[in-house]
Order: sequence, then C-alpha cells, then structure tokens
Amino acid sequence: MKTDIILCGVGGQGILSIATIIGEAAIKDGLYIKQAEVHGMSQRGGDVQSNLRISSEPINSDLIAEGQADVIISMEPMEALRYLPYLNKKTGWIITSSVPFVNIPNYPDMDKIKEEYSKLNNVVFIDIEQLAKDNNVPRSANMILLGAAQKSLGIGYEEIKAALGRVFARKGEEVVNANIKALNIGISESK
Amino acid sequence: MKKLLLGDEAIAQGAIDAGLSGVYAYPGTPSTEITEYIQNSKTAKERNIHRRWSSNEKTAMEEALGMSFMGKRALVCMKHVGLNVCADPFVNSAMTGVNGGVVVLVADDPSMHSSQNEQDSRFYAKFAMIPCFEPSSQQEAYDMVRYAFDYSEKIHLPILMRVTTRMAHSRAVVEICDNSREQNNINYDSKAADWILLPAMARRKNDIVTSMQPELENDAKNSKYNQYIDGSDKSLGIIASGIAINYLNECYPQGCPNPVIKISQYPLPKDLIRQMTSACDSVLVIEEGQPFIEDMLRGIMPGDATIKGRLTGELPRTGELNPDLVKKALGLPVDECYAPSENVTPRPPALCQGCGHRDVYSALNEVLKDYENARVFGDIGCYTLGALPPFRALHSTVDMGASITMAKGAADAGLWPAVAVIGDSTFTHSGMTGLLDAINENADITVIISDNLTTAMTGGQDSAGTNKLEAICKGLGLNNEHLRTVVPLPKNMPEITNMLREEINYHGLSVIIPCRECMQTLQRHLREKKLNANQSK
Repeated sequence: MKTDIILCGVGGQGILSIATIIGEAAIKDGLYIKQAEVHGMSQRGGDVQSNLRISSEPINSDLIAEGQADVIISMEPMEALRYLPYLNKKTGWIITSSVPFVNIPNYPDMDKIKEEYSKLNNVVFIDIEQLAKDNNVPRSANMILLGAAQKSLGIGYEEIKAALGRVFARKGEEVVNANIKALNIGISESK
Repeated sequence: MKKLLLGDEAIAQGAIDAGLSGVYAYPGTPSTEITEYIQNSKTAKERNIHRRWSSNEKTAMEEALGMSFMGKRALVCMKHVGLNVCADPFVNSAMTGVNGGVVVLVADDPSMHSSQNEQDSRFYAKFAMIPCFEPSSQQEAYDMVRYAFDYSEKIHLPILMRVTTRMAHSRAVVEICDNSREQNNINYDSKAADWILLPAMARRKNDIVTSMQPELENDAKNSKYNQYIDGSDKSLGIIASGIAINYLNECYPQGCPNPVIKISQYPLPKDLIRQMTSACDSVLVIEEGQPFIEDMLRGIMPGDATIKGRLTGELPRTGELNPDLVKKALGLPVDECYAPSENVTPRPPALCQGCGHRDVYSALNEVLKDYENARVFGDIGCYTLGALPPFRALHSTVDMGASITMAKGAADAGLWPAVAVIGDSTFTHSGMTGLLDAINENADITVIISDNLTTAMTGGQDSAGTNKLEAICKGLGLNNEHLRTVVPLPKNMPEITNMLREEINYHGLSVIIPCRECMQTLQRHLREKKLNANQSK
C-alpha cells in the first residue's frame, strides 16, 4: 500500500496531532513513513502543512509531487484549496472542516469557496466545530476530522483507535475517551 | 530499536549514542529540536551531558572547543545564519584542530521558510578547509553523527555537518544501535603549541591543514556515504548531493537509467567526478542550496563539457528542491494536476492575540505619529512581525542585535528620533555589546527591550537574560534615570505612551523594558499545571 497525505490548516489548529496519530498507527503496522512538518515562523497563525507519506515499500522523497496526493486533510476550507495542485486529479479525496478561520482582512468570499468544492468530486465538507460542541467534545474537533478521513488512509479503524489511545495516554482516560468519541463521530459523519 | 524521529532528533540521538559530553547551541529554526531532544533525553540526564542553551552561537562554539580541548566530544548546533555569528571561532577551530571530536551541525533553510537569507554552509567548510557531511536520510543522519565524531578525532579537525529544512523537520523511522558509546575521559595532555594561535604557531598549523587536503579528498572518495552508481544511458550523468538523491530516486521508481554520483561527504571527490565526465556527454547537478558543486565542476571538467543545473536554468537558481523541479530538470513528463485555486489568499504569520509585543507596537505607533522623521530599527524574533500589517512599525531588520547599533549609527548621521526594538533573548545574544557602544557615547536613541521572558519565535526556549535585563543595562553603565520598565497591557496604554514620549524627547540614551510573559509559554505553563494537578489527584 501507499498513501500520500497532505495535512493542512492554520498554525495552532492541531494538524500535528492528527499526523502523530496516523504516524503512530503506521509504525505499529510496520509501514514505512516520512513526514515533513512545518516548524518556525508560520506556526504563528500562518498557513501550515505537513506532507505525510506511508507505504509498505521504502519511501524516497519527503515531499509529495504535484498530482500525487491521495488525500488532503484540512482543518480549514481555504487552506485545503491551497494544495489543490498536489491532489491526484482522478482518485484524490479532500476531507476538510467547513469552518473558515478568518485572521486575514482579505479572506475570500465563502460562497465562492463552497462553489469550488461543489465542482470537485470526492469531498467531505464537514462542520467539525459544531459537531464537537453538540457532542460535548469541544476540544476534539481535529479527531472528528481524522475520523472522517479514516477510510482514505489505508489504515484500519482499530489501528487508528489504538494509536490515538497511546498518543493521548499521558493526558488521562477522560481525554482518551473524549477523543475516541470524536473519532467515531467523524467516521459516522463521513458514511 | 526502531524510533520515528525528526531529522533533528536522529542527529541528537546519534550524538548521544556517539559518546557526547556536551551540546552547545542557540535556538534557531530549523536546528532547535536537536538541543531540545537532548535536553529531554533521559540518557543525557543520566550521563550528565551538558545541554543548557548558550547566549549565542559564538559562545556555544567556544564552549564546545573548550570541551574538546579537554578531550571530550562536543556538538554545536545552529541555523545557517548562526554560523556567521560564530564564524571567528569556527574558522579558527580548523587551525587549532580538536582533541575530543567536534561536530558543528548547521541547518540551512533554502527557500527561507524562517530566515533572512539562503546561504549555503558548505562554502564555510571549504573556506575553513574542513570536511563537510551532508546526510541524505534520517537514518544516514543518525549513523553519520557517530562516524563524524570518530573521523573528527582521527583527523583532529572539526566536522561541519550540513542539513536543510526538509531533513531537519521531516520524520522517518530510524534504527537506533544498541551499543551506545561511552564518553571520553578527561584528558589534560593538550599541547599549548596547537592551541595558541600566535602567528608563528598558526602558520605551522595552516601548513598542516593545507597539506591534509588531498588526504581528506581521498577519504571522501572512499567514503561509504559517497557512491558511484553506474547506469546504461551515458548521454547524461547525474550528481545529487544530500537529500537531492531522494527526489531523483522518486522520479525513477524502477531505478535511474543514468550513471549517478551520490555525494554526502566533502571535500568533493574530484576523481569520482572525472570518472563520470569521461563516460558521460553531459552532467546534471542536483543540489539543495546554492550551486556549490556545479560551480566547482567548471574547474574540474574539460572546457567543452556540458554542465547543467541551477546556473543553466534546468533547476531554479534559488529555493528549495522538490520532486516536481527535479522531474522537470530530467525532462520527464509531469502528471496532470489541478490548476492553483483562485479562491486562496496568502495567510502570513502574525503576532498572537494578547501578545505583549502588540501593546508595545500600538503605543509606539501612537507616539511616533507626532514625529515627522522617526525611524524604528527592528531585530530578529516574533516581534519582527511588527513589520507587517496592522502595525507596519519597523524600518529595518538585518541580523541579531542590529537594531541598537543601526539606530546609533543613524542617530550619529543626524536622525531623530531613532528607536530600536529588540527582544530579550536577542538582546543577550548580540545586543549587549552594541548597547555598550551607545552608553559610552550617550547616543540619542531610545532602545525598547521587549521582554517576553523566553526565546519565543523558536518555540519558547529559556532566555539567557531572564530577570537580569535591568541589572545588565545598569552594569554596562546606563544612567538609571533613563532605564524604565512597564507592563505592556492595553489598560497601561497611557503609562507606556507617556514613558515613550518622555524618553524620546530626552536627548540621550534611554532603555525601556516592557515585560510580560509570552502567550504561548503562558498557555503551556497553565496546561502543565493542570496536567500535574490531574495526575496528583
């Protein structure tokens, strides 16, 4: 198997914890992994992305080539579109939060963004923040997104759930359970 | 044992396993995580490996040299521009040579993700006449650190290990060796003749290092990290250094049809190059950073040979490599892909909500609008973002510490008011000596040391001057009447603006220290507190 994933959002939205869990699951599965991250200045509210590649064969490049990404997982709707040229035009999926993060004065018209999504195939456009609030897991919106993306990853639900448990173990059972609940919400929403 | 590690973390683990006795560094993206990993390592703590941050890269390099002088292994880490700061001890460490192994790890930032220039540190290694290592993968980075320490002790020279952003900040699974090497014992046998660089002695050392060059090149030729991989299509030979080899291999999943030289150890092994140029019609050089190898090739290959690369347009002259650029340089077809979306606008970074620097810039802008010719000299850190909207508060940002000294020079030229804005960590890194210049001449400038009690831009590392800034200014001889402190909060706006106005109108040197903790570290401290409270329940 081989899955090329672009994770994106705005600095501080928590894309790296999604990457950490997928990475943890991939390693446990004995897969190869390369994950290029963004550290430094852009983490202060700028656009951030991570190229995450998992494969049963050794991986060469840390970066994904244009037209090659199997899935874009985004915490923010405009940010997913920023990486559109990297998406596999035939088979790629976009799993994105529908909630704009407006910290710039010239944020584009949301209707135009929605219109662009309506023209793309293979999109999961999901209000993770409302879902998180409604289900009383306000701090786990990113895990809802991970759940929604699970079937595009090439890694099974049980493996992701177990990895999530290991990654959050330090924070206590309550936090683990809230995040598993969020993961399950994402999975049922994407069906 | 297998571990998922950032390139930076693989280097750190490699150093610990190579018998490291001390890491010396100043934070700088993309090198910061090396030292942080060692600071958080249980083994490092058990082995009492030195791991506190240094005030700047020059003090770090010199401290490492002192450890080497006593026979122990030291690692110095910095970002590329940090090597400029420590250029003096770095270049001279090639003259003294080393006792305990010294690895100078420099993380370059092509495409300038978090930097003010794109300099390529391989030039420094050539300049100082020492070997340079450039690992191509996280595993190789781990393995090479130990090899570098051993080699450093064998040839008695420091090694420059160069990585770039993608290597530093990308994770991969790394096989960690089981037999971690013990630290070297302390050794008092250093010869003064080797370490006192008076001209007569330095000339002898210079001859030694110069005469070693053919041997170092021969070592590079025979290094397991440099490889000549033959291929059937001799119309083109390819030289790929560091991580560029990965992009090349990505383009040829079934194997590259052309002869390839992988370069990860310098001095550039000219014999391998000649072997390729005599067999191939032309050569393409793929390297991350500046056209270092490509330029040298022009002195190695015959005049009519075709050399392709960044200087001839097959690859862009500047910026980071990626698989798409390499694919185009090889003339391979590119996949059909979506055009860039029209509904995307840039999202530059910004100061955090609630950040004290915001209040400083609000106040400064409010005050300075009453002065026709005011200029504000900025510095390196989060507060450099004050140059962007909504503040647009800065007129310059050059290097660590240049705010104070440039303000002074501009005031010397007749500018008034001249204001410098510098952060606490940058001040102790390179601002203090400049402030002494200003104090000695009572320069007519206003210096704002915007103190958030941390090195914030790189993620909140300890700041060397925390709780000492006033004492430092006084100790340097600043007039107490013009050393003022304030808490930068919106409710204190009248106090800050009055203070700024008074000190700008005073025709002499003033230092104002607005001090409030960074929002990022504050939130982290609150989270840790909560976590600890939960665990102790």
